[in-house]
Amino acid sequence: MELFINQILAGIATGAIYACMALAVVMIYQAIDHLNFAQGEMAMFSTFISWQLMQWNIPYWGAFLLTLVLSFIGGILVERLLFKPLTKAPILTHVAGFIALFAIINSCAGLIWDFTIKQYPTPFGSSPFLGSQLISTHQAGMIGVTILLLIALFVFFRFTRMGLAMRAAASVPESARLVGVNTSWMIALGWGMAAAIGSIAGMLIAPVVFLEPNMMGGVLIYGFAAAVLGGLTSPFGAVVGGFLVGIMENLAGTYIPGVGNELKLPIALALIITVLVVKPAGLFGRPIVKRV
Amino acid sequence: MSAVQEVVTDAPAIEAVPKRAMTLGAGTSLIVLALLIITPLFVKNFIIFQMTMLLVYGLAVLALNILTGGSGQFSLGQSAFYAVGAYTSAILMEHAGINYALTLPVAGLVCFLFGFLFGQPALRLSGVYLALATFALATAMPQLLKLGYFEYWTGGVQGLVVTKPDPPEMVRTMLAWFHLKMSQDMWLYYFTLAITIAIYIGSVNLLRSRSGRAFMAIRDNEIAASAMGVDVALYKTLAFGVSAAITGIAGGLGAIVVQFVAPDSYTITLAIALFLGMVVGGVGWLPGSIVGSAFIIFVPNIAEGISKGLSGAVFGVILFLVIFLVPHGARQVAMIAQQLIGRIKIDAILLLVVRLIKR
Amino acid sequence: MLSKRLLIAALATGAIAFASTNSAWAQKKYDEGASDTEIKIGNIMPYSGPASAYGVIGKTEAAYFNKINAEGGINGRKINFITYDDSYSPPKAVEQARKLVESDEVLLVFNPLGTPSNSAIQKYMNAKKVPQLFVATGATKWDEPKEFPWTMGWQPSYQSEARIYAKYLLKTKPDAKIAVLYQNDDFGKDYLKGLKDGFGAKSSMIVAEEGYETSEPSIDGHIVKLKASGADVFISIATPKFAAQAIKKLAEMNWTPLHIVSNVSSSVGGVIKPAGFENSQGILSANYAKDASDPQWDNDPGMKKFLEFLAKYAPEANKLDNSVLYGYGAAQTMVKVLQMCGDDLTRENVMKQAASLKGFSPDLLLPGITINTSATDFAPIKQLQMMRFKGEKWELFGDVISSELSN
Repeated sequence: MELFINQILAGIATGAIYACMALAVVMIYQAIDHLNFAQGEMAMFSTFISWQLMQWNIPYWGAFLLTLVLSFIGGILVERLLFKPLTKAPILTHVAGFIALFAIINSCAGLIWDFTIKQYPTPFGSSPFLGSQLISTHQAGMIGVTILLLIALFVFFRFTRMGLAMRAAASVPESARLVGVNTSWMIALGWGMAAAIGSIAGMLIAPVVFLEPNMMGGVLIYGFAAAVLGGLTSPFGAVVGGFLVGIMENLAGTYIPGVGNELKLPIALALIITVLVVKPAGLFGRPIVKRV
Repeated sequence: MSAVQEVVTDAPAIEAVPKRAMTLGAGTSLIVLALLIITPLFVKNFIIFQMTMLLVYGLAVLALNILTGGSGQFSLGQSAFYAVGAYTSAILMEHAGINYALTLPVAGLVCFLFGFLFGQPALRLSGVYLALATFALATAMPQLLKLGYFEYWTGGVQGLVVTKPDPPEMVRTMLAWFHLKMSQDMWLYYFTLAITIAIYIGSVNLLRSRSGRAFMAIRDNEIAASAMGVDVALYKTLAFGVSAAITGIAGGLGAIVVQFVAPDSYTITLAIALFLGMVVGGVGWLPGSIVGSAFIIFVPNIAEGISKGLSGAVFGVILFLVIFLVPHGARQVAMIAQQLIGRIKIDAILLLVVRLIKR
Repeated sequence: MLSKRLLIAALATGAIAFASTNSAWAQKKYDEGASDTEIKIGNIMPYSGPASAYGVIGKTEAAYFNKINAEGGINGRKINFITYDDSYSPPKAVEQARKLVESDEVLLVFNPLGTPSNSAIQKYMNAKKVPQLFVATGATKWDEPKEFPWTMGWQPSYQSEARIYAKYLLKTKPDAKIAVLYQNDDFGKDYLKGLKDGFGAKSSMIVAEEGYETSEPSIDGHIVKLKASGADVFISIATPKFAAQAIKKLAEMNWTPLHIVSNVSSSVGGVIKPAGFENSQGILSANYAKDASDPQWDNDPGMKKFLEFLAKYAPEANKLDNSVLYGYGAAQTMVKVLQMCGDDLTRENVMKQAASLKGFSPDLLLPGITINTSATDFAPIKQLQMMRFKGEKWELFGDVISSELSN
């Protein structure tokens, strides 16, 4: 029983990592109806920038805010320069573009900062949280920030004009343009926000997994899985999905005999697919009605 | 993200390739075929080896073209079928001593079943969800191959070494009459070429047949197709099966040519590379498969030649250039070339007519 | 008049006799890739992809060969170091190996990296009779001179290192309950086998083993499970990132078993420092080379030479990265073998000289550890010394241990 509870708690702790990433994934999906494969690499690059700023003796929170702004601008630049010319191109070409972006960012990070792991500081400290040896204060802080982000996003999309405009531009672009929404810039804005959220995710994840160019590869897969499980239209679903994936993975590894340990990721993904077969839009997504 | 998807007015995710343009013209095909047959006689064994890998990956990209370009189902998981085909061939050759040529149909059959079975749960998924499911399959495969249970057969993480076949007796005696010898590499190349041509012709015919039309109807508008009486479930799983079978045969050939199989050879990187090959070649355009295959084999080498430290970045930049200039892949290049040649032909004929009149 | 002619004749005869008796020495023999002016050396490294962290080994080796060339080359010949990227993918490794042998026509392939890649090209290299020298992996199977006379390893094998830990535990903690975290690939599995073989009949001392994949972002869940097994010894067979995560998690969970870390993750700058010095006190490991962040080697002539080399030829290299030291050591061994070849640069002679290293001590090996090979012994480095982490550095203790495997 104790092992069970421990694994759930540990699952929630790792799940916070996935939930963070999943929020960025949902953000970009809301803006462009696609999963951006390079999201993880952009987050990693932002985290490296913040690390470099701290190496230049800028204090943590200063570096954090500066990185947020730089990532936001960076995301908009990437969209304007690289993906706007591809607007008329078929979807699969866009995906090829994401993959190319992934390769470029990963390679550049490796050249600039090399592949040895780097320690990354946390503003929350690393002591046991509430005496529990399974969740450190940092991981608790990570869960807290994720929930704050979630609330912020929810408020943005539901209650602000900008959020409404973005949702309109993504789902009914023609009508949005007719009422004066600049759909092109909405997409750019979506990219910028996704990059900023990704950078927060990266800066929260790095203290746990250590900073290096390949740190986000595994995280991105789990982030996708969590976002899809929770429903790509729902930030709340993304966060819940993240925690669920973390817990499922740990329980599968612990309790499925023999192969459970060697097949943690495939089992987690298989469970998600099973959920999708039953609820195609994810746990909290809005079901899509196809009209002919 | 709308809760309602207008299927009729929305542009289809994958655009249709007009039937006329589905293959190269007769003239171009003959030239390409001639090149493929004659070149190996004049180049070193190493280049022959590269050309053989070109054909093998070309087959895999062709299979993906049938699945995505033909029936509209996204797949980022072809590396899983490739791996199953490769291991089937390797296990049959090394553990059961079966002749390499006979392992290929078995690999194809095994993968067909595997693809068909995978297609069943995939029926309910589409678009990004299907992409994730196939992605999951591709990530799971190396881990499955490393499983302790199968270690006796698969060699576990160490993999299996495969023996390279010699040209068969008949061919050797025939060539000996002319005092010629054929290297293993050359024999494997022609063997692969024969299989590739056969599968290519088969695929073209498949896409032109009723089944092919059913695939394309499903790709363009699944609901309308179903309303018209197309058995969507059957054709979708069939597409998966056929695509998996061809990929499996490619995998088997790959195992024989490389002489080695290991879980690390068949990671998600391979699936992504095959996907890129399809996009660069032109989605749904079967002749483009070989262009896509050339891209994924040779461009990384070129990128490495330009810069060792930034080879990934150079590759990404080249890829971006390609998709900026020709978003529809090599098919677009071929269409432009066709138009140019057409224009030149017309100009030439007009000139001739004017000359004749003047006389 | 006559005597002068006689004298000249005698001298001439003497000269010819002298030249002919030494004709074997004066004759130059070359295989493809070697000539009067250059020696072509091939290499395959993962410069991109999941193992790109090891690409720096190839870069260090290239820099070292630049240094040798700047100092006059080997017996007057310059080294032409041709290195290709295989992205840690075996089919790509086969392609690059064939390119090196058939297209670039190198004399030998030096230090190709990765067990899967080397397994893929081993048969080909031996069939083509091209040396596959000093392969960069610790797998045990590169020491088989009868079956694969053209393949030779370099570093101590993983199994031999694991056996040393097993021996140590059997001696100092015979009642230990051992938990093992291992990477689920050829490296981890080979190590695990060595551990179990080392324990022999007492392999039941291992009460829990957890394998992890490199695609997992964090291995915390595994540590939780291992702690629940009640073990009092924790062995981590992990690459740097995961070893550091393990050290950190153990400290966070307040679990203090005897912690043994594998040599590949023993770098102070690369693993211990990021994980936290205060979390790493008392950790055990073993090494065969000096650590550049260890102040005890500050005045060591070998270390000084290495640092001078870095400053001049590879200023951007991170001296705390074990891979950089590894590349330097391997390249030094290669240069030694080529020097021993003299003017006989045939592939056969290269293998012969490589199998005749006796007591060779490159700059960075620990004192007491030397490289020895013979016609039946294709494992150049077989010795390790155990060390304990104290304060901010490793303290070597005990004797240099030789791992007895099949030789």
